[in-house]
Amino acid sequence: MTSIYQVGAFWLISLAIIFAAIMVVASRQLVHMVLWLAVCFIAVASMYFLLDADYLALVQIMVYAGAVSIMMIFGVMLTQRPDLKECLLFNNQLKLATLVVIVVLALTGGLTYGARWFVSGATVPADTIAHIGTLLLSKYVIPFEVAAVLLLVALIGAIVLAKEVKPGARSRD
Amino acid sequence: MYHAWLVPLLPALSFAVISLLTKQWKWLSATISIGAMVSGFIIAAFIAVGVLQHPGLINHPLVYSLRWLSMPGFKVDAGILLDPLSAMMLFMVTLVASLIQIYSLGYMRGEKGFSVFFAYMSLFGASMLLLVAASNLLELFVAWEGVGVCSYMLIGFYNHKISAREAAKKAFVTTRIGDTGLLLGLLSLQLIFGTLNIADLAQKIPQFQNIPLLITVAVLFFLGPVGKSGQFPLHVWLPDAMEGPTPVSALIHAATMVVAGVYLVGRMLFMFASVPPVMELVAWVGGFTAIFAASIAITQREIKRILAYSTISQIGYMMLGLGVGSLSAGFFHLWTHAFFKALMFLGAGSVLIGLHHKADVWEMGGLIKKMPITAVTFVVGGLAISGIPPFAGFWSKGDILDATLASGHTVLFVIGSFTAFLTAFYIWRMIFLCFFGKENPENHPQESPLVMTIPLMILALFSTVAGLIGTPWWDVWGRYIHFGTYVPPVANWPLMIGDTLLGALGIYAAYLFYCKDREKTKALAARQWFGGRLYDVLYHKYYLDELYMWFNHSMVDGVARLMYLFDIYVVDGIVNGVGAFTVAAGEGLRVFQTGRLQNYALVFFLGVLAVGVLLAFTGPHATLFLGGVR
Amino acid sequence: MPALAISPTNFVLLASVLFAIGLFGALTRKNAIAVLMCIELMLNAVNINLIAFSRFVTPQLFTGQIFAIFVITVAAAEVGVGLAIIINIYRHRLSVNLDDFDWLKW
Repeated sequence: MTSIYQVGAFWLISLAIIFAAIMVVASRQLVHMVLWLAVCFIAVASMYFLLDADYLALVQIMVYAGAVSIMMIFGVMLTQRPDLKECLLFNNQLKLATLVVIVVLALTGGLTYGARWFVSGATVPADTIAHIGTLLLSKYVIPFEVAAVLLLVALIGAIVLAKEVKPGARSRD
Repeated sequence: MYHAWLVPLLPALSFAVISLLTKQWKWLSATISIGAMVSGFIIAAFIAVGVLQHPGLINHPLVYSLRWLSMPGFKVDAGILLDPLSAMMLFMVTLVASLIQIYSLGYMRGEKGFSVFFAYMSLFGASMLLLVAASNLLELFVAWEGVGVCSYMLIGFYNHKISAREAAKKAFVTTRIGDTGLLLGLLSLQLIFGTLNIADLAQKIPQFQNIPLLITVAVLFFLGPVGKSGQFPLHVWLPDAMEGPTPVSALIHAATMVVAGVYLVGRMLFMFASVPPVMELVAWVGGFTAIFAASIAITQREIKRILAYSTISQIGYMMLGLGVGSLSAGFFHLWTHAFFKALMFLGAGSVLIGLHHKADVWEMGGLIKKMPITAVTFVVGGLAISGIPPFAGFWSKGDILDATLASGHTVLFVIGSFTAFLTAFYIWRMIFLCFFGKENPENHPQESPLVMTIPLMILALFSTVAGLIGTPWWDVWGRYIHFGTYVPPVANWPLMIGDTLLGALGIYAAYLFYCKDREKTKALAARQWFGGRLYDVLYHKYYLDELYMWFNHSMVDGVARLMYLFDIYVVDGIVNGVGAFTVAAGEGLRVFQTGRLQNYALVFFLGVLAVGVLLAFTGPHATLFLGGVR
Repeated sequence: MPALAISPTNFVLLASVLFAIGLFGALTRKNAIAVLMCIELMLNAVNINLIAFSRFVTPQLFTGQIFAIFVITVAAAEVGVGLAIIINIYRHRLSVNLDDFDWLKW
């Protein structure tokens, strides 16, 4: 990855990701948060393109930028209250959390800086979707199925949890 | 013969089925239990035939086993060991148990816990059969404890009665003393020889040189049979065990379980025979127990208690036979005794049912008119135990006395002979008091139903003929069950005649005292003449129970009190201290439990950081940080 | 320009910055939904790492990409259930302020 376009793209996208992420954390309005989150997700997706993971990039856009963001919007709307704006953005452990985050950053940064990676010279095959599809249904078929079951369970669980209990309805338990 | 494992398994299954599924349906439960036992009997009969056809099994038992558990230096195989000895026991146990279960149908009719009773009986059968067939001493020990538990549960079967509960506890605790010894013996065998397989031990022990060590092991080992088989001084539980239902007394405390000790000694006779001093001990304990229990039996009044002491005494005989080195004589007596003692217990149970559980023999009398079958079968049992030819007891008891004399134990021979006289006397005292003489107008006895009398008749038949397979002229028994080389027996006429005379003399004396003399004046006079004191001593069983109680109160309670103080001040102090510390620590740490999610997450990440920093600077990749010092 | 060449280091540094930002938000934001979003940021940081390694270290095997797919799956499930829980709590307490939710004790 030495072409000038790639390098330039990397720095550009990185800046976009970090900026969007900071905006997510710093926004006062929850709706703004979600919008910046979507921007961040799309930026990450373009980073995946840069990494030759086109399938993942599509998934990222569909699942994260699409579905998750929409769900977040719903969540925000369903729990919206007028007095939200007045209250403090951060809780009382701000300082300690800042310290922890800085140390985490220093630690990972320090470790990464000194690391020497084993870089394979090979390139990613062109048709990633075919490869991933074959792998998912052969070598990783059991995790794949488990993930499917997990999604189903999560779906049912979310419905049960979020279902409104009517005041007149008889309690089942 | 390869299906012998089914014999213990069937009753075990029956126990499981009854206790889990069919407890609600009484007759179904009883049918399952009896069916399992009878099937076991049929298999055991085929096994017995098979063993008779293969004389090679005498010296080379058939063993088949599975690896039970295995760890370095310690392997246990569980399996089945078949030789004439175990085949005979399987046959005898299943036969007697089947008959007694059938009898229980009548005896336990209408009792509470009918199904539970049969479940316990099945479990007992399974344990006993496993004990008999076990090829490994650890397996045998498991079964040994299994019969102990069943015995405990069945003695305490009428658990609404305090006396039954106490008796159950007494039985359990007393046998436990012996079992501890047995367990120690087992462990030492494992330590010394590295195996508990009976067949392997039989190879290794006779070659073992360290005699003092082996003596210790054998004595420890012998404690188990002493406890289980009710030998002096651990016999005290057996008479109290009569609190259980009579079929239980017949099955467990007369015919089968109590002879488990004898069986164990017989099974391990190769070990005992290697250490002559222990053999002497076995013989003397047996002989002493025999005369000791017989002398107590003379004075007892309750019908089942007399039989209980008689059982102790007869088991003493068996031990005597084994102690003088005659496996065949000891086990021959075991075989015959199982039949006639089960017969007499069941007869006693029939009497008790007829008299609505009035147990004092002095309040009975003349029952032969109302309960002819019970009476006649009982008389057969009495003849058998007294050693009157051709009944079973004559042959087996004669064998034991013969073996005792032949091995040069004159004193033991005299004791044994005198015991034979006493045996005849006390049994016939009971018979005359119960079944003959004038009737007690307060009693309204009636004959028991067929389901009870038929087992009595079958047992009476066996009590009559079971001894005929071991006569000096046709010694099938000795040819198959013996220890060492087989010596064909010779008819010892003086001894046989003497035996018979002794038995007859005992019966005649009982007749004089308790039957001919209607008012029992002579008996009372004799009691006076013996001196009330001796009578009292005998009647109170040599005050052994009192002695044990005294020991318990003074010594054990004293130590216990010491322990109690220790417990209060030291143990409790530590425990309470730990508790107080925990409470204080909890109070202190409560501050940190805010219940707020993000606090927890923060602390969690602090922990992660701590680990990360630690690894980054001290771990194997410490040089990675910022390129390290490269 | 070898100094400017993009190596895994760049990606890992990017991921750790993104992770740190997400962590900061998750630890400090009071709103429960905001916390949920920050957790998504952290998961995305992980995914960047996975895919970068997949690209540079084992480009032919796709292991990292497959892992990323599973992470996305689990994240989707987590968002769904998490939002449902938050809505449920909101219904009972009329609050999404995590500081109010301190009944995670005793």
